[in-house]
Amino acid sequence: MKMELIQPFINAADAVLAETLHGPAHIFDVSMEENGYRRKGIAAMIAIDGQIEGRVILDAENATAAAIARELWAGEATSEESVHEALFELANLVIGNAVTSLNDLGFHFRVRPPQLHRAEVDAHSSEDTEALVMCFDCPKGKVFLNIAMNYKAVPASF
Amino acid sequence: MDQFAALIRTSDRQPVRYLVVDDSVFARRNLSKMIEAFGGELAGEAGDGSTAITEYARTLPDIVFMDITMPHMEGIEATERIVAQFPEAKIVMVSSVGFQENIVSALQKGAKHFVQKPVKPEILYDVVKYVLSDKVLCEQPAPAGGGVA
Repeated sequence: MKMELIQPFINAADAVLAETLHGPAHIFDVSMEENGYRRKGIAAMIAIDGQIEGRVILDAENATAAAIARELWAGEATSEESVHEALFELANLVIGNAVTSLNDLGFHFRVRPPQLHRAEVDAHSSEDTEALVMCFDCPKGKVFLNIAMNYKAVPASF
Repeated sequence: MDQFAALIRTSDRQPVRYLVVDDSVFARRNLSKMIEAFGGELAGEAGDGSTAITEYARTLPDIVFMDITMPHMEGIEATERIVAQFPEAKIVMVSSVGFQENIVSALQKGAKHFVQKPVKPEILYDVVKYVLSDKVLCEQPAPAGGGVA
């Protein structure tokens, strides 16, 4: 996967996690998905289609997801649904901001509303769908972004 | 959240009425809190574009905060349909997806402004003032302990 495609996700996650969770956030680890992605806890998935197709999963362990929800809901989050909603919104913010940068670079694609990702283990990467897992250290714990995308058409500038 | 000088309608000095359209319950609640901080009144909520059209006709709000990516009908199409029916509608797109093509499309379909998420209350407040311009005035809060001697 090209760095030009990844960098907007790193920038967006850094900025959004720091702003919404009120503290420093930075990338902690990056790895290629080799044996299928094992979900860490509560995961929101956003599908992408257009010149690039695929999906992005934002995932956090249950305790981290609950802490994020308490922060975003200002202490009002008590139900499982409110934790899901908080993760969905965080995924929307990170992925929406990354997609904004990518579109401005010439990639044209759309994002779909977030869905709960329930599979314990995701399908393996394939030759045409590269998947990358990034781990971010943020004030409430570790947040994972799993990006699996393939090019249908690459802008001439790349 | 900081409290802002209340935005009230010049016509009747009543609070500005808002319609909030977003598929995220969290985002709707967040925007509702901002509306409260602006001294406004929540006229209605919708979780998708189709419901937004119905809710607009039912509540006739002063201004709409409209998400873009939503199920059933997206925000740009809902904006186009509302403006076709109510040409005076004041719709502000509020979305995390803020690339140029989307912004231009929303403005062409009748949106008045665009605010990218995460939303900063002070930016949204200024946008509301700008979009409603001569239809609102800022009501300054009474000074603390402020009786007349």
